[in-house]
Amino acid sequence: MIHRNSLTQLAAGLRAKKFSSVELVRAYLQRIEASQPALNAFISVTAAQALEAAAAADRDLAAGRGGALAGVPIAHKDLFCTAGVRTTCGSRMLDNFVSPYDATVVAKLKAAGAVTLGKLNMDEFAMGSSNETSYYGPVRNPWNPDFVPGGSSGGSAAAVAARLVPAATATDTGGSIRQPAALCGITGVKPTYGRVSRYGMIAFASSLDQAGVLAASAQDAALMLREMAGFDPRDSTSVDTPVPDYLAALDAPLAGVKVGLIKEFFDEGLDRESERRVREALAVLERLGASLREVSLQNLPRSVPVYYVVAPAECSSNLARYDGVRFGHRCKDPRDLQDLYRRSRGEGFGAEVKRRIMTGTYVLSAGYYDAYYLKAQRVRQLIAADFKRAFGEVDVLAGPTSPTAAFRIGAKTADPITMYLNDIYTIGANLAGLPALSVPCGFVDGLPVGLQIVGPHFAEARILNVAHRYQLETDWHLKAPERFA
Amino acid sequence: MTGANESAWETVIGLEIHAQLATRSKIFSGASTAYGAPPNAQASLVDLGFPGVLPVLNGEAVRMAVRFGLAVGARIARHSVFARKNYFYPDLPKGYQISQYELPIVAQGSLDIVLDDGSAKRIGITRAHLEEDAGKSLHEGLGGLTGVDLNRAGTPLIEIVSEPDLRSAKEAVAYMKKVHTLVRYLEICDGNMQEGSFRCDANVSVRPKGSDKLGTRAEIKNINSFRYVEKAIQYEIARQIELIESGGKVVQETRLYDPDKGETRSMRTKEEANDYRYFPDPDLLPLAVSEEFIEEVRRGLPELPDEKAARLSAQYGLSAYDAGVLTASRELADYYEEVVRAVPREPKLAANWVMGELAAALNKESVEVGSGRMPAARLAGLLARIADQTISGKLAKEVFEAMWASGQGADAIIESKGLKQITDSGAIERAIEEVMAKNPGQLADYRAGKDKLFGFFVGQVMKATQGKANPAQLNELLKKKLPG
Repeated sequence: MIHRNSLTQLAAGLRAKKFSSVELVRAYLQRIEASQPALNAFISVTAAQALEAAAAADRDLAAGRGGALAGVPIAHKDLFCTAGVRTTCGSRMLDNFVSPYDATVVAKLKAAGAVTLGKLNMDEFAMGSSNETSYYGPVRNPWNPDFVPGGSSGGSAAAVAARLVPAATATDTGGSIRQPAALCGITGVKPTYGRVSRYGMIAFASSLDQAGVLAASAQDAALMLREMAGFDPRDSTSVDTPVPDYLAALDAPLAGVKVGLIKEFFDEGLDRESERRVREALAVLERLGASLREVSLQNLPRSVPVYYVVAPAECSSNLARYDGVRFGHRCKDPRDLQDLYRRSRGEGFGAEVKRRIMTGTYVLSAGYYDAYYLKAQRVRQLIAADFKRAFGEVDVLAGPTSPTAAFRIGAKTADPITMYLNDIYTIGANLAGLPALSVPCGFVDGLPVGLQIVGPHFAEARILNVAHRYQLETDWHLKAPERFA
Repeated sequence: MTGANESAWETVIGLEIHAQLATRSKIFSGASTAYGAPPNAQASLVDLGFPGVLPVLNGEAVRMAVRFGLAVGARIARHSVFARKNYFYPDLPKGYQISQYELPIVAQGSLDIVLDDGSAKRIGITRAHLEEDAGKSLHEGLGGLTGVDLNRAGTPLIEIVSEPDLRSAKEAVAYMKKVHTLVRYLEICDGNMQEGSFRCDANVSVRPKGSDKLGTRAEIKNINSFRYVEKAIQYEIARQIELIESGGKVVQETRLYDPDKGETRSMRTKEEANDYRYFPDPDLLPLAVSEEFIEEVRRGLPELPDEKAARLSAQYGLSAYDAGVLTASRELADYYEEVVRAVPREPKLAANWVMGELAAALNKESVEVGSGRMPAARLAGLLARIADQTISGKLAKEVFEAMWASGQGADAIIESKGLKQITDSGAIERAIEEVMAKNPGQLADYRAGKDKLFGFFVGQVMKATQGKANPAQLNELLKKKLPG
């Protein structure tokens, strides 16, 4: 039952030669294959390359070499470019796209010795909260296959929850790491904007996108993040500040830590049962010595409308490069240039992506720019200022990750606004560029619920510390869906 | 289009000049900017707009833009912003061009141009901003298909936008030439117009003389020679005047100049124009330029054309016109000064030769002054022989031609051709006496008062000495001897 080991245990076990990387990779590949019909978590499985990399890792380990993750199997959300491997972004548009280069995150994890098993399913171009917009079909929640795993990193979350990989990369533009982490009962960390390089990460909304990690625990996430983070000269928005050892800070006691409860998150939109689980979790933090106080972030309720102006605006421009000329989907026998553009894009993009491109094009148009884009940017600054003020009073902020536990597949696809409201508690951290994570804190009707912790800029070590101390006291993060236990 | 009554109208012109910056790599990628590589050989993944790639600003491009800004006395923005200009076109791989929109790096500068009457006119420079060039669409030899070459995509440009201060095609050309000279002085642009390194868009409108309201303008796109700028604007002025005078209205539109037909043609009207949906590029941080950096760039500025012209004028006693011509390029001015350093007492002679014989010879063969075709020391060698009267100015031209053809120095040519000037008055006197003896009739006429025959004797003596007689001495001796 090798898959019951945590990432941390696997890395240590490999180093202690309890098992080989090839053994591990074989075991996980089997689990992936067996799960695929039920969960659809993977878009591509790169078994041959993985076994080759595992053998190389074993040689390194035998020689006493290899990085912190030497031989450990992981998988990437399918928007991280992987050299020589198809990178689809969950879209028909890139169904045929084989990246000629590795994303910085991919290269860094490779350098740390991690072995990639494949590419994980996701909402198309990371636009969605349920993983139902993927061209490759919905991912199913390992806790109940009739339910969504959350999105957009639904494949990453389901794979980690079902123990198909011990950890996976993911990205978070408005909650795409934290919300699926909550819905699948795992730990998900979105670092500070600029902490992890965006180079090679296919852009959705550049000012909000941030790479992070999905893992079983805060400890595992800290190990992954330590290898992923750092300045990258190829990303002008990455920040040149040293990466602390996130593992070293995990055990610090919580005595005296001031936790702010975000008043606006405990609103009428929050499911009562979910609220109970979150309050129980906060009580655990209090028992550990943290002090709780309510703080108000008045502008935070504007997060969703602000986000749905800024993110589509950026995406309308970011996705203009998919024009059928140099890569990606090209329509058959275009009559002329306009026909090439219209049909290639019309056929290549799905409905949600088109909806956001149209929204974004509209809000940037002459005559509307000031009323929408500019105003949204101003409110965004107000929201960031609210957070800054709050962090003058408390060390971390806490609240629910998502208004409800997972919902049924198909339940919200007809109403985009209802779907968008899923991210109401997560978007704020993206707008302000703050690090935030979600840890499992119980269940409602057999489906997991997440507690969200948000920190000041570059306080990853602090929020991981709070999450880890919480996980030392609780065992929600150790629970796995029965079918995959 | 000659029927138009142009004198009743005033022309208003503003230029947008695009100058490719002479950086080694592109503005947002490490790919080379060298011209002439096979299609797409110099397009990196960033230039190709591949999924996931990100732009990183080339600091050298910023330095060059600041150099330009300081040279035109502009304000350098401590904080400027890159924006995306969104539109679809095959040579624009990302579907947007990274440019600067609301906050350009350079604002509010000016340049002085010299008008025909010798007076100076100040032309305002509204702004100059950094942006990336697009690629090129190729239509020839592809069997009806369109090819895309992205070698040029991402080449750094500064777009220099003038105020609508120009009042004629001539002024526009003078201004464009001035900017052309300046960017080459600053070594920020090679100025090569054939390769498209330096090109402009002209905004042209007309209004009744005395009116202070601007007329509707047409924008003529992508003109890449001084001559075409002049012709395109002249055509456009005449077209607009004729249109208005015949009861029509100028529509705001983009036009293209067709040099073969000598006319401008409508490309698209305002209604068809793109809505570029500018917004700040979230992939690039606002560009911060420190005071220290600006000062460092300022200290590195070369002597600028106007300063240089004023100095040459004062130092060497040259006319404003000559100083202007000699400072048209830094290479030419440097060349001139190198010549003068070798013949320090002959600055005017040097100016005449550099602007005259040398310029003509260079022009004829289309070679640059700095090419080494005629090193300054070699030309100075010739001027020294004129100065010390070894040869006459007239013979010097012959010597120059021989030097140009053979690559030899003046002394070697003078020696081998036996062109050394005769300054021995005895020898000249002997030649005069021979000529007088051979032409008794003319001599008698001269002595009878036909003064004009003086020139005849000069010519005859020169002929007899193969042009080598020192002209001043000859004159003097003839004046003494002819009257008898």
